[in-house]
Amino acid sequence: MSYIQKPAAHHPALPKNKLGHTRRDYEASMSTLCAGCGHDSITAAIIEACYRMDLPSHRIAKVSGIGCSSKSPTYFLGRSHGFNSVHGRMPSVSTGANLANRDLVYIGVSGDGDTASIGLGQFCHAVRRQLNMTYIVMNNGCYGLTKGQFSATNDKSSPSKKGQANPFDAIDLCQMAISLGAGFVARSFSGDKAQMVPLIEAALSYNGFAFLDILSPCVTFNNHTTSTKSYEYIRDHYQMTGRLDFVPQMDDIKVEYDTGTSTDVAMHDGSMLRLHKLDDSHDVRSSDEALMAIRKSAAANEVATGLLYINDEQRDLHDVLATDGRPLNSIPMSELCPGSDTLAKINKSLA
Amino acid sequence: MSGINDFVVKFATVNGSGSASANAMFAKTLFRMGIPVAPKNIFPSNIQGLPTWYEVRVSEKGYLGRRDGIDLMVAMNPQSYNDDVAEVVPGGWLFYDSSMPRIWGRDDITVLGMPIAKMCAEKWKDIRQRQLFKNMVYVGAMTALLDMDVETLQGVVSDQLRGKEKLVGANMEAIALGRDYAMEHFECPLPIKTQKSNKTEGKILISGNDAGGLGAVYAGATVCAWYPITPSTSLAEAYERFANQTRIDSSGKKRFGIVQAEDELAAIGIAIGAGWNGARSFTATSGPGISLMSEFLGLAYFAEIPVVLYNIQRGGPSTGMPTRTQQSDITSCAYASHGDTKHVLLFPSDPTECFTMSINAFDLAERLQTPVMVMSDLDIGMNDWMTDAFEWDDAYTHDRGKVLDAAGLDEMADWGRYQDRDGDGIPYRTLPGTHPSKGAYFTRGTSHDENARYTEDGHAHARVLDRLTKKFQNAAALVPAAEVSGNSSSVGLIYFGATTPAVHEAMDILEQSGERPDAMRIKAFPFGEEIKAFAEAHDTLFVIEQNRDAQMRGLLVNEGGLDPAKLVPLLNYDGMPLTAAYVVEHVRSHLNQSQVAAE
Repeated sequence: MSYIQKPAAHHPALPKNKLGHTRRDYEASMSTLCAGCGHDSITAAIIEACYRMDLPSHRIAKVSGIGCSSKSPTYFLGRSHGFNSVHGRMPSVSTGANLANRDLVYIGVSGDGDTASIGLGQFCHAVRRQLNMTYIVMNNGCYGLTKGQFSATNDKSSPSKKGQANPFDAIDLCQMAISLGAGFVARSFSGDKAQMVPLIEAALSYNGFAFLDILSPCVTFNNHTTSTKSYEYIRDHYQMTGRLDFVPQMDDIKVEYDTGTSTDVAMHDGSMLRLHKLDDSHDVRSSDEALMAIRKSAAANEVATGLLYINDEQRDLHDVLATDGRPLNSIPMSELCPGSDTLAKINKSLA
Repeated sequence: MSGINDFVVKFATVNGSGSASANAMFAKTLFRMGIPVAPKNIFPSNIQGLPTWYEVRVSEKGYLGRRDGIDLMVAMNPQSYNDDVAEVVPGGWLFYDSSMPRIWGRDDITVLGMPIAKMCAEKWKDIRQRQLFKNMVYVGAMTALLDMDVETLQGVVSDQLRGKEKLVGANMEAIALGRDYAMEHFECPLPIKTQKSNKTEGKILISGNDAGGLGAVYAGATVCAWYPITPSTSLAEAYERFANQTRIDSSGKKRFGIVQAEDELAAIGIAIGAGWNGARSFTATSGPGISLMSEFLGLAYFAEIPVVLYNIQRGGPSTGMPTRTQQSDITSCAYASHGDTKHVLLFPSDPTECFTMSINAFDLAERLQTPVMVMSDLDIGMNDWMTDAFEWDDAYTHDRGKVLDAAGLDEMADWGRYQDRDGDGIPYRTLPGTHPSKGAYFTRGTSHDENARYTEDGHAHARVLDRLTKKFQNAAALVPAAEVSGNSSSVGLIYFGATTPAVHEAMDILEQSGERPDAMRIKAFPFGEEIKAFAEAHDTLFVIEQNRDAQMRGLLVNEGGLDPAKLVPLLNYDGMPLTAAYVVEHVRSHLNQSQVAAE
């Protein structure tokens, strides 16, 4: 069985969003990942976020690389175009797609092998280009499809299932993203849907490069008791830097919190992020503090999660390139081809 | 020796010394005098300090191929003196900066010494000026020695320095300095000299890369992603220059997007992402870039995504000779990527075709939903060629291929991305964002069925591969057909690309001895019916190409079904453009040997 379609019939009482769509309308084919895979929880969170944001599926494009994580776009947003590209190259394909049509929402899905190893260069340069996209890494510290080899995000202290030691230090993708100038950087855990959904909503609203590193245990190859990417370990070492509410555009902000502990961040599309700081958490608008907070947590064997950094003034690639406000793929040929008079002038200048 | 409008002059200079613009003005002046010129830059992979040459063939008959043997050598670089003097033909001339006089050891040539460095030191105080104006001084000397029209040169200088008018006077002074000295000290003009003519009407002087960049603008390309690599860089830069001239609105908004990518992998990835999303997109690269782009090219072939790639070929293998020319990526481009892949190739022979084939390439890429590669090379790409002026028909409609809009999706029942609904092997594609509920699919490099669903069913996989074969076969009727000339000889020359001028000249030389062969210029792969027909009509076919392994010949045998016994490889792979003499010598030698063998 290579392709399993879910039945199209819905229960008539399913709740609907403003577009009249149910959550089922944002689903796609059945997952073929292992039962209990963290990636399926992330898939569910993406579906929930898009449903809650009333996003029209056909205005979203999904792009991925190669690996278990990169298969997951077949499991959500079945009415969206998707592009499963080559290993480690999702960022370049996303760049081209975004250049061609700036009006769509781009969700890039990648894994830790796809991003931190074979695609590290492309990841860095997509960040640097300030591409307007949501880049999700489903991070399980191992190569699942090839049966459990270490990836570059696996902690040095975390041995393989068979007890083999990991000789190299982990690459921290959030630290890299902040250092390279990503405008929105968050870390979450596939086991915490309450945290994941508003983060995904915020990332999708963000105008610029939004990076989400989501720890997503591999139940088959990296969920043993000695692994630092297991459900149990992450739950035990989970550190929330704050809680995030995503307030969609036009909604009244009704809930009141103590002043001084919450920060509001206005998003480009009119929505709002309200971040509730925990006692000793850092200022998310400071990249230095964000980097320090991640490093401090790691030193204490904790995993800092939540929105780690945001730059609410990022200009995206189209702003930088000063491209036309219309999607480039929609501009009529009459405005692209300069015609015979111009060519006659060019000929004259070359004679 | 005498030759009016028929000689070769070569300037030997140091790279980074400012000689390039002076040399270009020299060639442009001849062109504006109505005389056909073929300048070739022979330059090092270096920015400053190494020897560089500029060779200009002047030919009233319009022969634009390289010709061995230098009639007049302008030796301005002591580093390369020994090689330079050796290249002068017996009876030729050597012009040099005699500020440091030297004995040249050849009594069969005429040495013309001019103390240029001393003259410049006396004339200008500024060190930089002393250096730069040396170039214009030797150009001034050329006007006297070759009887060039000074007024025309002045016009060229003014055009070149537009916006820097103050410099025109100083440059003209330098020209006068060299010209006056030559008139006074040498017997001017030399027997080789110029004379105004009318052979450049309707022609322009432009490089293939400039023409290709302009072609991409006229083809409506909106996304360009590239990574710097010699000799392709100037194509992306030309696209940007022409787009800046023609596609920016009054508020500064650009109707194009250019990304200088982090490497060639990303460059082709960006181009493919944009092509998938409905923009006309391209990249430009050279051999090493093709190697890096191969995986992505396989994806675009299999997932059927339009993209255009300009390959400005250089000397391989490996890093090879980045500043020399070859046609040695034919095999690697025709079959770029693992598995059963084949790509459409176009072979422009001059800058005019770099322009027209750009339009062909983007139309074919969208019609066929596949990568199309324009196989130029360093010789065409980076040298200025005298070429036909560009033409554009404002009634032309670009072929955007089979793309369904929302209404089209509503009309078409049971659409599937890879269905062969028209029987031509070409499916209908859809773009993201088109229709709220129809037309979405998952593009993938993994095996898929007619409805774009992942499959491990071997029959479904084979069906898709067979349809791709059908599509590729049908492409043969859509690409530009080969150009055939003559039908009277049993001998045929098969050639393509930059060797065209040398082959045409060789045919004229062979005609003089009653041996004119027929000829066929290949313009594209896959091969059309005319190619096999030409082969069948001839007994001996020379396949002329600039690589060691007879790559085009291999493709003709393997893909065109031509009889290998008839195909004689005629190969040149030293990195220098082919000469007519080389072709004539090899054709004659082979035919003579065959004759001896037959007797």
